[in-house]
Amino acid sequence: MHKLLNETDGKKIMLLGNEAIARGAIEAGVAFATTYPGTPSSEISTNLFQVSHETDLYFEYSTNEKVSLEVAAAAANSGLRTMCMMKHVGLNVAADPLMTLAYVGVKAGLVILTADDPFMFSSQNEQDNRYYGKLAGIPVMEPSSVAEAKEMTIAAFKLSEKLHEPVLLRTTTRINHSSAFVSFGKTEKIKTKGDFKKDPFNQVPVPAVARKLHVKLLENLAEAEKISETSEHNFITGSGSFGIICNGVSYLYATDAVKELGIVEKIKILRIGLSHPMPEKMIIEFAKGCDKILIIEEGEPFMEEKVKSILQEQGIVIPVHGKGENFFSRLYEFDPAMVKKVMADYFGIDYSPSVPVDTSKLPEIPQRPPNLCAGCSHRATFFEVKKAAQEMDTICPTDIGCYTLGFLPPLGMGDFLICMGASVSSSCGFSKATDKKVISFIGDSTFFHSGMTGLVNAVFNNHNFTLVILDNSITAMTGHQPNPGVDMEQMNLSGYNKVSIEKIVRAIGVEHVTIVKPFKVKKSIAAIKEALEYKGVSVIISQQICMLYAKSLKVLNPRPFKISDRCKNHRDCINEIACPSFYIKDERVNIDPDTCVGCALCAQVCPENAIVPLKK
Amino acid sequence: MDITRLIIVAVGGQGNLLASKVLGEAALLSDIPVRMSEIHGMAQRGGVVESAMVFGDAKSPIISDGEADVLLGFEPSETLRAMNKCSKDTRVITNLSPLPPFTVAIGNGVYPEIEDIKTLIKERTKNLIAFDALQLAKQAGSPMTMNIVLVGALIKSGVLPMSRKSVEQAIKSKTKKAFTEMNLKAFDLGFAAAA
Repeated sequence: MHKLLNETDGKKIMLLGNEAIARGAIEAGVAFATTYPGTPSSEISTNLFQVSHETDLYFEYSTNEKVSLEVAAAAANSGLRTMCMMKHVGLNVAADPLMTLAYVGVKAGLVILTADDPFMFSSQNEQDNRYYGKLAGIPVMEPSSVAEAKEMTIAAFKLSEKLHEPVLLRTTTRINHSSAFVSFGKTEKIKTKGDFKKDPFNQVPVPAVARKLHVKLLENLAEAEKISETSEHNFITGSGSFGIICNGVSYLYATDAVKELGIVEKIKILRIGLSHPMPEKMIIEFAKGCDKILIIEEGEPFMEEKVKSILQEQGIVIPVHGKGENFFSRLYEFDPAMVKKVMADYFGIDYSPSVPVDTSKLPEIPQRPPNLCAGCSHRATFFEVKKAAQEMDTICPTDIGCYTLGFLPPLGMGDFLICMGASVSSSCGFSKATDKKVISFIGDSTFFHSGMTGLVNAVFNNHNFTLVILDNSITAMTGHQPNPGVDMEQMNLSGYNKVSIEKIVRAIGVEHVTIVKPFKVKKSIAAIKEALEYKGVSVIISQQICMLYAKSLKVLNPRPFKISDRCKNHRDCINEIACPSFYIKDERVNIDPDTCVGCALCAQVCPENAIVPLKK
Repeated sequence: MDITRLIIVAVGGQGNLLASKVLGEAALLSDIPVRMSEIHGMAQRGGVVESAMVFGDAKSPIISDGEADVLLGFEPSETLRAMNKCSKDTRVITNLSPLPPFTVAIGNGVYPEIEDIKTLIKERTKNLIAFDALQLAKQAGSPMTMNIVLVGALIKSGVLPMSRKSVEQAIKSKTKKAFTEMNLKAFDLGFAAAA
């Protein structure tokens, strides 16, 4: 049985924040769950996917976040408790349905999880998604700890059903990827079959209907504000004339700092867990007893702006600070010592901070950047495209996935990146705006996510570039999730279809389509050259299963290679391919047999044919 | 209850996740509150994995610069890189068997001498425990048990509030049955090495 299905009745077990959220959804009786995977949210859906194989829960990996939320919106409007999970930038993709779904509302609980990533541990930006709650007019809830994440997930379902609105559950990486002991509660029985009652004058927002629905949304928001005033998720601890208003993990840092600074008598803390709409009356009462207020929140001054405007309206004139020089930054994530320091400075508390050892005189420690794996097929494709295009002046837009790492030297394939799918559409722009040869890269999952529409655009507008689809038969970066091109029978799962990328590309009208097997180097380079010379839109599909995924399926039997004494130390292997299995010992290149899987890319590149199988 | 802050640094694949699971379970068995957090810089793709574990009555799951009570390093150059987490009072325990990053293999950067790493840490902190944990793991039966060798040394150092017995019990419940004996041996060897 899956560990999240245990009925341990109050027994504590160590859970990852994402597991706690998944368990919260299970306890709340979630019947329907949809997602597009994205770090730091991915383990929530991985767990619900596994749980769905043992229960009546319907779970799907949707093609992108917009699709995911639309599928979820229908389930929730058919009376099923539904959860839709994504990383913060995923909500940009799902923003279109979100804005109007707030008007239409839901019939059963719909919790939309957005996993924000301050410091961008694994993201391209650190946008603060609380503003989406404000923009859409729906409630936002933010847990401070792993244990609370579980409880708040349950509460979010209840709030959604009370208001008939979707609720945004907003986490940050430090909640998703922290672990703590969590007690399991009772699980609600799942309602598995929904029903949709036709009500077009409330569910089809043509302008006349939408005007009415916006009124309803504002009424719901007013109701949400009342709930926010008495919500158990907005609470005050301590007493004193110094006030702190904080949310999320900042609450933990502030609580520890109060203790460590020995100012328990002086400080009261307003912890905001239901952060949109903010509890105005509560904030006014809180502020009336304060000499000054410090607002501690990672990201943007979301609470700070609101608090300042509320106090201004009330004519309450006390110092309120949050973001700014000598206070908190809008950049990156906070840490306990930083919060302690700002608190001590602002409230005038003497303390002696821990002094880190002097690291200024340490020798430079070699970096350990992430790298494409030994045996990764993307390395082969990048190498081959680079060879095929060596006479050309190129621009290489890239996309989001493991293969983004191809931008690193020595491959150096990747010149422009903004968001999922943009490799294709930006190629349209680059090819019109410049005279350079445009070659772009996209993975299989990202192609399904949002590359297809860009390709239709390219064919329609008759653009001129080559798109390389790096098809490794899985969504690799986020931990091997399925996508529409994946053969689900390999995972021993039935009831799915497999969608062919080649057929899509041809159906869109691309006239020059080339399939390559990237570990056949000479053949691939020749085929790629021909595709690059084509005037118009050409597509190369490079097909090779992800090495790590193949290992996990036990369909890859590593056959390591070695460097024989024919080696004349040209070092083309290291200088052009740079596979992490290479190392230099006594001025000679060697191959680590523990990591080499035998893809034989280097063996085909070596001018002396000196790289040979370890065992004949 | 006193607060003890532990940082574990490792390279992806060295098994620090299991080490922290074992320590978490031991804390649960000993009724000691614990919170932990992990950041993987794309661990499967050769990056650094850093875990923070906070034992006792604190709420924060992360550890600021200079605030670690103990630093457990699975790889010597990574131990050195994490020195910013240490104050002069921090206890450092490190494996000495190097796993040079790929950047060194291709000639971009020089891996520091192991003796220099020891000296640099000793100059800055007190009571360095440094030994070849990989060697002991092989002695226990598999290089994969290096994580548990280091857990043994960590427990012997006495910095954490958990008993040897509770950690041994946690090893039994958190490692695969076929490898439990091997892991217990690895724990013993690490424990003895830190004496």
